[in-house]
Amino acid sequence: MTLLRLIDLEVRYGAIRALQDVNVDVSEGEIVALLGANGAGKTTTLRTISGLARPVKGSVQFAGREIHRLPPHEVVGLGIGHAPEGRRIFPQMSVLENLEMGAYRRRGDLHQDTERVYSLFPVLKQRRRQDGGTLSGGEQQMLAIGRALMSAPRLLLLDEPSMGLAPLVVETIFSIISEIRKTGTTILLVEQNAAQALALADRAYVLENGRVVMADKARTLLNNERVRAAYLGEGAA
Amino acid sequence: MCVSCFTQNFWNLLVLGLADGFLYALIAIGYTLVYGVLQLINFAHSEVFMSGGFAGYFILNAVIGTSSPGGVVSVGLVVLGIAGGAMAGGGVAFLLERVAYRPLRRRHAPRLAFLISAIGASFFLYNMAGKEFGRDAVEIPAPFTSGPVFSVFGAPVTTYYLVIAISAITMLIFLDRVVAGSKLGKGIRAVAQDAETASLMGVNIDRVISQTFVLGGLLGGAAGFLFGLNTGVVYTMGFTPALKAFTAAVLGGIGNIRGAMLGGLLLGVVENFGAGLFGTQWRDVVSFGILVLVLLVRPTGLLGERLGRSA
Repeated sequence: MTLLRLIDLEVRYGAIRALQDVNVDVSEGEIVALLGANGAGKTTTLRTISGLARPVKGSVQFAGREIHRLPPHEVVGLGIGHAPEGRRIFPQMSVLENLEMGAYRRRGDLHQDTERVYSLFPVLKQRRRQDGGTLSGGEQQMLAIGRALMSAPRLLLLDEPSMGLAPLVVETIFSIISEIRKTGTTILLVEQNAAQALALADRAYVLENGRVVMADKARTLLNNERVRAAYLGEGAA
Repeated sequence: MCVSCFTQNFWNLLVLGLADGFLYALIAIGYTLVYGVLQLINFAHSEVFMSGGFAGYFILNAVIGTSSPGGVVSVGLVVLGIAGGAMAGGGVAFLLERVAYRPLRRRHAPRLAFLISAIGASFFLYNMAGKEFGRDAVEIPAPFTSGPVFSVFGAPVTTYYLVIAISAITMLIFLDRVVAGSKLGKGIRAVAQDAETASLMGVNIDRVISQTFVLGGLLGGAAGFLFGLNTGVVYTMGFTPALKAFTAAVLGGIGNIRGAMLGGLLLGVVENFGAGLFGTQWRDVVSFGILVLVLLVRPTGLLGERLGRSA
């Protein structure tokens, strides 16, 4: 079943066309990757889904409902959790408070949810009283993902979780992302690290200058000449 | 300079200074809260304060008339006056945000436009109060007979000072708890630290901003009533205390709630010490001089600009 559908999406920043004719489908239970260079429109796509950017054309459908006119604080309530680019941890709130912010629209006991995040990221439990701003980059990324999970999302948007992190930390985070998928959460992943993303994802879309130029199974794209040359850093002839 | 005037009156000046300081702290919270979420100085906050004074005046006038209450009735009347002042302040602050600021935010207006709008709203409100309520100061009927209750090293602490201290401490603790622990408080801090990300978490930014104005307005309006009890109520009453409270907020570190409390108390004490040392006419010179000196050494204020910080 299709959980998220982007139809002919066009987004502008002033005179600049950030996205054009973007069509993306994400089915329940999938991990889908959005690949592309800086400025290709990956982050804009996620921001449009979350309601932070407004499309001038096209629509965003989530679980069969049009959501592109909703403000961000309502979108999260529908079941879309967003771990934004640059992590955006609240620096002067404790780790626990950051997690509680993720569940801002939920009522009732959050104990089970925080325990679940702590079991995925044990280091966050150790640091739960520490201010978010004092964490390392990797820990902040874990907190950003954990915070997004606190909204109990059906769809998790991850924007460049590997950015600026050491290879070992990236390994850890990617293995946890596949753990999260096993619990039934659908994931839309934006990455510049195409090799890692394609190893993890079921399918992927390649964006260039705001347009989708390729869409296929991740395994197929891994073997695609053009993808290998442009995004996997292998010099093609 | 008269050092002996100062040393002989030290405890008197301290009591006076703390009473002034509590009022400054209550008003300063309003500036600092709004600055936290909008990076904007609400220069119409003086009129929030003034509206609290008038609300207290009208309510106590209606209730007390010409009688002279005492005992439990006095306590009830003080609570009533504070509640009325707070509600008027909260209401005016709410309207200010809706009418003077929100339309500008919607249109992404430049900073300067907010400043002009604030000054315009302030002029409008106090002139309207002057026209409707008269140009002369009026006295709030006394809810209690003020007199010395006890003394600290010979300095009398009057009923009025006790009322200020008790009610201000209660409200400041309440505010501190709200910001640190409640859902609204977390929303306020999140918006102050990163508004866009707060919205991704499900925080309705517009609502939080509105509630922030109201929260600051409640304290500012209550302060207006407490201030008016002593000095009377007049349409221009907000100007000087609010300017001082703004100074106190900057002194403590704008955006920092405990900074506003500390800055308020410190300013109240320092300016009364200054008045004791150099004479009353030097009072404002001393307080603003101190402000300039502190900012030269610590440009972000005593506790620093810790936006959205609870503690």
